[in-house]
Amino acid sequence: MEIGDAFAAAMALIINFESGLAEIVLLSLQVSIIAVAIACLIGLPIGAALAVFRFPGRTAIAVILNAMMGLPPVVVGLIVYLTLSRSGPLGTLGLLYTPTAMIIAQICLVTPIIAALTRQTTEDLWQEYAEHLHSIGIGPWRAVTTLLWDNRFSLITTILAGFGRASAEVGAVMIVGGNIDHVTRVMTTSIALETSKGDLALALGLGIILLALALSVNAAAFIINDAAMKRHG
Amino acid sequence: MRLFPRDLVKFKRSLAIVIVSLLLSFTNAFATNGFIVVASTTSTVNSGLFKNILPIFTKTTGISVRVLGVGTGQAIKVAERGDADILFVHHKISEVEFVKNAFGVKRYDVMYNDFIVVGPQDDPADVQNAKNVVEAYEKVAAAKSIFVSRGDESGTHKKSLEFWRTIPVDLVDSSGKWYREAGSGMGATLNLTSSINGYTLADRSTWMAFQNKGSLVVLFEGDPSMRNQYGITMVNPDRHKHVKAPLASAFIRWVISNDGQAAINSFRISGKQTFFANAASYKKNQFKNTSPKLRN
Amino acid sequence: MDSSTNETLPNNVENKSVRILPLVLKNVSYEKAGMRLIKDLSVTFNFGSLTVILGPNGAGKSLLLRLCHGLIKPSKGTVDWCGPKVSVPQRYQAMVFQRPVMLRRSVIANLSHSLKYRGINKAGRTQKIDNILQHTGLSRLAKVPARLLSVGEQQRLAVARAWSLDPEVLFMDEPTAALDPAATHSLENIIGAIKKSGTKIIMSTHDLGQAKRLADEVLFLYRGRLLEQADAGQFFEKPNNDLAQSFMRGELLWWNRQELKPPEQLKERRQK
Repeated sequence: MEIGDAFAAAMALIINFESGLAEIVLLSLQVSIIAVAIACLIGLPIGAALAVFRFPGRTAIAVILNAMMGLPPVVVGLIVYLTLSRSGPLGTLGLLYTPTAMIIAQICLVTPIIAALTRQTTEDLWQEYAEHLHSIGIGPWRAVTTLLWDNRFSLITTILAGFGRASAEVGAVMIVGGNIDHVTRVMTTSIALETSKGDLALALGLGIILLALALSVNAAAFIINDAAMKRHG
Repeated sequence: MRLFPRDLVKFKRSLAIVIVSLLLSFTNAFATNGFIVVASTTSTVNSGLFKNILPIFTKTTGISVRVLGVGTGQAIKVAERGDADILFVHHKISEVEFVKNAFGVKRYDVMYNDFIVVGPQDDPADVQNAKNVVEAYEKVAAAKSIFVSRGDESGTHKKSLEFWRTIPVDLVDSSGKWYREAGSGMGATLNLTSSINGYTLADRSTWMAFQNKGSLVVLFEGDPSMRNQYGITMVNPDRHKHVKAPLASAFIRWVISNDGQAAINSFRISGKQTFFANAASYKKNQFKNTSPKLRN
Repeated sequence: MDSSTNETLPNNVENKSVRILPLVLKNVSYEKAGMRLIKDLSVTFNFGSLTVILGPNGAGKSLLLRLCHGLIKPSKGTVDWCGPKVSVPQRYQAMVFQRPVMLRRSVIANLSHSLKYRGINKAGRTQKIDNILQHTGLSRLAKVPARLLSVGEQQRLAVARAWSLDPEVLFMDEPTAALDPAATHSLENIIGAIKKSGTKIIMSTHDLGQAKRLADEVLFLYRGRLLEQADAGQFFEKPNNDLAQSFMRGELLWWNRQELKPPEQLKERRQK
């Protein structure tokens, strides 16, 4: 049974804990965490600002953001590739086939998700807070920071959704990273590589480890969130 | 599970430390003394050849080599755009064209292996009794047995098309019927072929390293026209200023040197030699007898 | 609670001078979705007294407060502050809403949030917060998340938060509507203390008893029109307006709500 083989392969990978696997897992985490962190720096204020500010074209931007949540990773990968390629506009930076290129691609994928989900949850809170914040006379940007802070618990779910997309994505990082051993090989591109080598058990084993990682990140976030929510109401 | 606020603060703090150290260790990934990017093919990467020979080169020169494993067609595109320093692929006609158009400096033969026709064990098209590769292809077409084509402009795909062109068969019309275009790499194509019990042309190294063979076996091999020649070319630094010419030529010199060639010849998959070094500068008779696969 | 209101007050009564009052509304109308909800209303609010806006549900009490506070803009007419500091009128006002808006933070953080945006430094904030918590009886709840408080405690916190801003004018929109008698009593004591500290309070209510207990001046509002403005004593003794009279008698005023006739006509009809 191949599923059984996969679990055996996953266990063997973990028990032997080869440095190669550690390197891949670490790089996956590094790339996705940095990408999500930067996407948060961009997406959280944009999402909250879209909830607070009223301006022409606001609905259009919200619709575009929602649509961009479903951007095909391969398309994003291609656009980033053509931009970073030596023959592209940012070619002189020489970023193609580096972890930085993978981070850039993941930022493009994750930022719309974080901005769109932030807008949705922040809008509800803004309904509740608007009159009070207007009453004490704080400006819209101060309102944005207040809303982001007070909405922090639901935003954790938003950030996790972004992290999930980043860490599970293969199409974009394959194109811009090149799946180069020791440089840009991450969990998902390894899975693709092992599949193409026909080693399905190893590929599935790596998949199980990726799933376990995602589970532990989510569980940790849940525990922090739960404890914090009990304290803050 | 109940975390008290103080525990929570501690937990958050240790989490922050973990994340910061993650980011710091990240900078090490960039810190290389010098590296080159080689646009190469899935066959060389997936078979493990590079994993085997590159450490020897890096150890002696301190230059690290980043290998991109894509189809030959895509590798050439990547090199044309200047996104690699070296092109290391297996379709001589395209490589010569690449140099002729001034994308590359000079092409060197490096090594060869051979293509094989694989198919289901029961061999409904009777390919195993073909006299040459063209007859093998004719038999597949006549029996309308499923043939899986790479369909990705790779070296293997281009080679396969060369054989198809020699026989009167309308591939456009047959596509989607018995002729299936996978549009993917060698490994993915083999996975597909294995699951639908079809025939396909594969390079021997990928085949040897492939682990999901199912009922697939090698049905036809040894035709001299199935020789699979690999060449190495430096991307033209006059066209792309950032090409690391000194590092790249150091690598090329090593690959066609006796050391590099010996390293290629010593590479084994399950005890079998996979690639046969044949750079012009290398003493050819050294491996003549170790190459039983090509009947001449 | 009663005794505490007579002791030192959180705000400096001596230093309090008129800064933005009086507030003058001239011919103010407010329309929404084609409906005129406030109709041609003119009124002046002066320093010193506690004004209660009285009227049945739907009379436009909340809208009037929001128009005065600047949360909504009138469709017609003008709302003007006429004191010496009119360039920043928002700075000297605060408002408490019918349903308290609680930030998802502790009691202290709720207080500190608005003080911070009024530019008060950390030391100043701490002192002000300690003081205000004592005067509103919230000290023991200081670190509790505001959303875990009872409704009564939440409204007390909302009042404390508004008071801490040291406003010259404090608007309150039916602040006790959702509270039980005990919570209402304790909040009314705090309102009294705020008034003593020299803050002009303009509050709406539909609770006659509360209006009698607190008001110095009464505005009677009915279906978007100001029908009467009078001293509390005079109003509760004998209001001039007949609708106010029936409201005082506890009669239900909604029986003629479907008719779109102005009160003058209704008056005539009732006199027939």
